Amino acid sequence: MSDENTDTANGDRKPEPGKVSIAKKQTNRRRVLRTILLTGGVLGAATSGFLPLIYSKKNRLRPPGALDEKDFLSSCIKCGQCVQVCPVEAIKLADLVDGMGVGTPYIDAREQACDFSCDAVQCILACPTGSLTYHKPAHLTVRPGAELSSKPILIAKEKDAEPTLNLAERIGVARLTRPESCLAMQGKGFQGTARGAAFDGKLRYMSVDRWKPIPVADFKYDREICDLCEQACPIKGAITVEMGLGKDGKKKGIPVVHEACVGCGVCEMICPTEPASIEIIPGEGWRA
Amino acid sequence: MSSVHNKRFVDQIMVMFGRETKKPEQFTEKAIQVHQLKRMTNKEAFLNASKEAHRLQQLKSQKWRNRRWATLIFANLLFVISFALDIQILEGALTASRFVGFHLIDLNSALQVMLAHKHIINNLLIGTGTVLLLWVLLGGRTFCSWICPYHLLAEWAEKLHLYLAKKKLVTDQVMDRRLRTVFWVIFALLAIATGYTVYEAISPTGILSRALIYGPGLAVLWVLALLFFEVFFSRRAWCRYACPIGLTYGVVGIISPVRVKYKLESCFHEGDCRKVCLVPHVLDTVIKGRAVDTEVAIGPDCTRCGLCVDACPTGSLTFEVKGLSKLM
Repeated sequence: MSDENTDTANGDRKPEPGKVSIAKKQTNRRRVLRTILLTGGVLGAATSGFLPLIYSKKNRLRPPGALDEKDFLSSCIKCGQCVQVCPVEAIKLADLVDGMGVGTPYIDAREQACDFSCDAVQCILACPTGSLTYHKPAHLTVRPGAELSSKPILIAKEKDAEPTLNLAERIGVARLTRPESCLAMQGKGFQGTARGAAFDGKLRYMSVDRWKPIPVADFKYDREICDLCEQACPIKGAITVEMGLGKDGKKKGIPVVHEACVGCGVCEMICPTEPASIEIIPGEGWRA
Repeated sequence: MSSVHNKRFVDQIMVMFGRETKKPEQFTEKAIQVHQLKRMTNKEAFLNASKEAHRLQQLKSQKWRNRRWATLIFANLLFVISFALDIQILEGALTASRFVGFHLIDLNSALQVMLAHKHIINNLLIGTGTVLLLWVLLGGRTFCSWICPYHLLAEWAEKLHLYLAKKKLVTDQVMDRRLRTVFWVIFALLAIATGYTVYEAISPTGILSRALIYGPGLAVLWVLALLFFEVFFSRRAWCRYACPIGLTYGVVGIISPVRVKYKLESCFHEGDCRKVCLVPHVLDTVIKGRAVDTEVAIGPDCTRCGLCVDACPTGSLTFEVKGLSKLM
């Protein structure tokens, strides 16, 4: 069998200029139709990737050093190198339905916040495209209130020669979104593990191990008035629980977020109330 | 003589962009002689006898396929274990990674990011340059058949499709190959216009690579849908008619020294190679009377998979590294 007449489907027509049979015409027409259908299908699938972006009103917490959302989506190459370097596995990659671009990294602070256990914001160092960056290129604008007035001091490195983190912008800001449920506001203390024995988030406790984060479930607190957010916060001077007397004369505390807050989300992760009384507002700027 | 090859070189590039193959107009003197000789000796009985003799001698080999599958699985596994065991040899995913610290960035992903973001940092440039050099040397679409995880799945889907087609349960819906070029342009324009890497959201290569390394998500459903389409409707539709990665690497492979070489004289024109070929339009030259010279390099759309090299009973198709034989 010679192969001239085996594989006609692959377009090896014998040249017969000016002579096209009706059957061939029909085949060709069908091929054109199919081609158009496939085009529509693939493009439909591609543009459907936009829908969740358009409909999603919720901002997402991106890793530290992330560009603004639009620039972030355009520059992220979706390789997950930031995921790989994170010592507490805070960074996850978004799935189809998460509405933030398939394969782009985000942080679910309540599940696992960034506690800067890496000491140096290594996710930024890992990023090959500058989606996460130490120095934003000059042509990109800075969101109002996103710029940090000074380099944040990492409590873990406080005694080092270089105690700061190389971060110029905050990724969000902590807010006491549910003051009514806050234990400190009610004058309550807290004993035991912050999130229960089943919680598998990790945190670096300086009193336990300066270098290695341990499971939150392995650390027992005993506070007269709950101030876990202040205790856990890795940034110097970012949050304090101001102790005072309430109207009823009982001792109580008020969590106050300060300008040093970078939006890492450790307070949200550690907050023992359910849901968390304090949360990170992603992309939010600092307002005095 | 060299004008014949130059014309074929350009023709093959056009074929890669989707033009239908056609019989060439110019041949070298030598090729014309061989073609004539072949026509003269085309005595059925004699030809069949020598074909049979060759087939008996032929060792059924899947050497190149096995090597290729081993390489593909090893490369993807290296990504997986680098992260899973934290040995940091090959960090990242196929879209961008670091091989013992050196940046490697997929050319099509890099292109999408550059077009969408319109700002290129050094690491991106370094990684892209390294990978560009790598695939210029190794043969462009070599990436497709030797590295891309979707390619392997599509190969298996193709086997299933061919089995079903043999049973007359499915028929291959052939489409216009120019579509791939159209998609490439559309995705490039979409990236520029929307500032969003649209193609990356549906790239089965990226989705699969991330699924392997970071665990599967719902996005894998899209890949399954593509495979379903290929099994039941159109043979290898994604790689043939849609994937812009393939075209990007194809362009890179235009000047690559690694390629498959065809020798006209020993060929019996049985067409075994075209039956196994993933991109049969590149093997157009093996059809009787089409080779422009006695030795012809296969065009840039060839994925250098080696299936034809394994399949050829007469050894008329072999891998060659251009210039290497001269050096040695």
